[in-house]
Amino acid sequence: MSAKKESFGKTVGVVVAVCLVCSIVVSSAAVGLRSLQQTNAELDKKTNILTAAGLFEAGMSNSQIEEAYENNIAPRFVNLQSGEFVDAPSKDYDMYKAAKNPEMSTKLEGSNVGFQRVPDVASVYLVSDKQGNITRLILPVHGSGLWDLMYGFLALDADGQTVKELIYYQQKETPGLGGEVQNPAWQEKWDGKKLYENGEVAIHVKKNADPANPHTVDALSGATLTSNGVENTIRFWTGEQGFGPFLKKQAWRS
Amino acid sequence: MADTKEMKKVLFGPVLDNNPIALQVLGICSALAITTKLETALVMALALTSVTAFSNLFISLIRNQIPSSVRIIIQMTIIASLVIVVDQILKAYSYEISKQLSVFVGLIITNCIVMGRAEAYAMKSPPLMSFLDGIGNGLGYSFILVCIGTIKELFGFGTILGFEILPLVQNGGWYQGNGLLILPFSSFFLIGGMVWLIRTFRPEQVEPKE
Repeated sequence: MSAKKESFGKTVGVVVAVCLVCSIVVSSAAVGLRSLQQTNAELDKKTNILTAAGLFEAGMSNSQIEEAYENNIAPRFVNLQSGEFVDAPSKDYDMYKAAKNPEMSTKLEGSNVGFQRVPDVASVYLVSDKQGNITRLILPVHGSGLWDLMYGFLALDADGQTVKELIYYQQKETPGLGGEVQNPAWQEKWDGKKLYENGEVAIHVKKNADPANPHTVDALSGATLTSNGVENTIRFWTGEQGFGPFLKKQAWRS
Repeated sequence: MADTKEMKKVLFGPVLDNNPIALQVLGICSALAITTKLETALVMALALTSVTAFSNLFISLIRNQIPSSVRIIIQMTIIASLVIVVDQILKAYSYEISKQLSVFVGLIITNCIVMGRAEAYAMKSPPLMSFLDGIGNGLGYSFILVCIGTIKELFGFGTILGFEILPLVQNGGWYQGNGLLILPFSSFFLIGGMVWLIRTFRPEQVEPKE
């Protein structure tokens, strides 16, 4: 038995058979569950946008989330260089996919945010109240943390200067340390902070920050590199290469 | 066919008498990392138990066909496939928790308990017993994880499964959360404490002095 078990042909046969069965199992699980995962991800994104808009309440059902999103949130597109609103470049436009396409993105020099290209057109979400007045702007932001890129939404007041919320919805930081970027207690520290001072980006994340200072946010304890990543991300996206021109022009007012 | 006594021993032995973490000192990495909250510890324990049980079952089913020259690779292939399936299921049905566990579900592949049981037990034993052995070792791992998760969440955050037990000073209560317990490495002390506790009640586990 053991001599037969070790023959070359048998070994190759067993390996091929095991690989074949395993790959069928894995791919059928991936394909079969994909639509459910996409629905989850889509709903999760809307929930995050509503949270950033300050409209999410715990215990909302899926249909309530869809309804609140439809009524209050308007997705728009902004040309980052000019800061003007533009039409969607294509149906189902995704700024993260566009950033990988050289024709739809610009290369960054000396990037410290973990990605090398920034899309020409980015998404923004305008939040309006019942009367149609714009109350908040939600800007998608992303940048590297300690382990990987972190994706989030930065919600600003209609003055384009005051931070309302910073919600991270996708990150791979260490749970309990860097993962605390998702802790509501830390997110609250961003409320009311001012991004700019004399037209320059002035926001910083640092240790033992004075809560009274409108330009500094207290860093996460035990997660210096994640905190630095958050600072770089926010400074990049509110700066000249990010939404800076858009926030200066205040195109949403007209 | 093994009798029920033997089955009981295989199933419940690893919880106290032959605990994979406390006696064999395997699978420490994930026990450190994901026990900050009880909920993630529970899901991780469930994920690891199912992977260990099914990898043991499948490896045992084909144990007479596996050539010994490539047996480790075949075990890894089966374990990795199961882990990916578990990860996909978590993403589809428990999106929030799968986000919190992030990379650690994928890291079950490298958890020594899964590999160790496949190599040490499933390669030599019939399928049913291997399956029970997988569940048993998963239970042993879960037991330690749940104990540590409870201690860390209760004294670190003042909550259990998110329900407030000890109101924190930050939220207007009286309890000052223990910052050490929020950090992953505090599990070292807690696992050490549990090893000591188990060996006090089961003195036969103490290694003889050299």
